[in-house]
Amino acid sequence: MSAARVGVVTFPGTLDDQDAARAVRHAGGEAVPLWHADPDLKGVDAVFLPGGFSYGDYLRCGAISRFAPLMEELIPAARAGLPVLGTCNGFQILCEAHLLPGALMRNAGLHYICRDQGVRVENTATPWTSDFTEGQEIVLPVKHGEGRYVADEATLSALEGNGHVVFRYVGGNPNGSLNDIAGIRNEAGNIVGLMPHPEHAVEDLTGAPSTDGRGFFSSILKKLVNL
Amino acid sequence: MARVIVDVMLKPEILDAQGQAIARALPRLGFSGVSAVRQGKRFVVDLEGPADETALSDVRKMAETLLANTVIEDYTVTVES
Repeated sequence: MSAARVGVVTFPGTLDDQDAARAVRHAGGEAVPLWHADPDLKGVDAVFLPGGFSYGDYLRCGAISRFAPLMEELIPAARAGLPVLGTCNGFQILCEAHLLPGALMRNAGLHYICRDQGVRVENTATPWTSDFTEGQEIVLPVKHGEGRYVADEATLSALEGNGHVVFRYVGGNPNGSLNDIAGIRNEAGNIVGLMPHPEHAVEDLTGAPSTDGRGFFSSILKKLVNL
Repeated sequence: MARVIVDVMLKPEILDAQGQAIARALPRLGFSGVSAVRQGKRFVVDLEGPADETALSDVRKMAETLLANTVIEDYTVTVES
């Protein structure tokens, strides 16, 4: 049986694509490089939108990337059910593309935050979180200057009411996100975005605070194998 | 050639952390009497032709799709005379 194929997108200014690809391979999947300028998803089974500073964060984080040729393919595919995970800048791109509600703004304290962060898994009914247990507390690196999640009151109460908050910060909110929100999902559950970085927490060798990030990759690979 | 200005501001209910930091810095510089500062963006759009209704409708579309994120921002379009 051939390995599940997870696309990893590179924009100009993306930083975490190599770690993301490595994490996919570490979990036993095949990482397929996807280039922002090629409107071709190469038949992948899922897509990882990594972090970084795509297009230099010009205008707003993710605002220009959202119109990249690859995104013109990815947006309809994601709406049709393709599993997509966006971390950090990837989360910002998903919000700018309106695949996820709300927006990410400058941290309340204005400082760029780089630290190990406690995160509680609130929802395991997504292809990216099924290997966690609800309420499980994990530790992942965060590193961002614009991670304050905001949404209007109606959107926020819909997210909370429907259980679409997937991750919440514990042990301190690093950026002033409303309701301590670290990550959310769409209605269908196939699209998940979060500010912390699972791809940086899969191997002890790299000095990661944990290997809790592995759960994301084992979740999606199990899901793809069992399709 | 006409010039159109698009001003983009955070919606009033959205916390403007940068504007607050600016407001806090002003007293240190000796400026008193400022109760609040909000920071926004201004886009100066030069058109090849006149700023007629078709062109302005295009500029509004630009603002809606790219220049502003209407989840968090409002925009206004004005023709510079």
